Amino acid sequence: MSETARTADPDHVIEIDLRSPGIAALWAWLWPGAGHIYQRRYGKGALFMICILATFFFGLILGGGHVVYASWTKADRRWQYICQVGAGVPAMPALVQSYRVFSRKTDPIKVFGVEGFMAPPTPQPVRPEDGSDKLAKWHKDYHFYFELGTLYTMVAGLLNILAIYDAYAGPVVATPEETDKPPPDSDDPDAESDS
Amino acid sequence: MLLAAGIWGNHLWHIVPLVASISLVYGATRHELMGPILINAGRMAKWLLSFMVVVFVILATFSWFVI
Repeated sequence: MSETARTADPDHVIEIDLRSPGIAALWAWLWPGAGHIYQRRYGKGALFMICILATFFFGLILGGGHVVYASWTKADRRWQYICQVGAGVPAMPALVQSYRVFSRKTDPIKVFGVEGFMAPPTPQPVRPEDGSDKLAKWHKDYHFYFELGTLYTMVAGLLNILAIYDAYAGPVVATPEETDKPPPDSDDPDAESDS
Repeated sequence: MLLAAGIWGNHLWHIVPLVASISLVYGATRHELMGPILINAGRMAKWLLSFMVVVFVILATFSWFVI
């Protein structure tokens, strides 16, 4: 069922056809910007897609493809992935790799020539003394870029939450302080007569 | 110029694309047209960078007293 939303600016009221907000929100989660493109809001869709995906992939590259992984073991609870999965499909390979490593006990798939791309660090439990602690090795190899990449990908996921809300309900209603305009004077007789 | 060189040398430039991205997405969630989105994003970026400069100056001052 199609729904519409209106912008808050009284001088530039725009009717926005949200089409099916639930479906748009689902698209927006699966692929940043896709929900807006589904709603034919192409400009905003492109903006969300470029900004969020660029942030996500830039972070992923900074961390050598290892900063996005799903792991919830005692040794390594990767809570950051909860934020990263907000970016949708781009973060999903981590679930596949996690399934392969933890459930099927097989090697992770090599993607883009990267060994262990989005795969959780194994083996578990870790043994730093014999060099089997992969997570420590990643930190050593990438220095602060590992944390920076994690931050970028987390921010991308969280930004997509805002985009999902925008696809579902339209632009957030700005408060009077944010519009840079004085509120309408209720004592103004002209304003009364207009209404 | 010195500040720019310092920022580049300290990898602080990584904050620039992040601030740009956050500002644009935040602006886009409050407006529908590209003009107001860009204006809002510019204002937001200025606010974020100013906030970080203030925090930077406070921390630098503290470190100067400690060291």
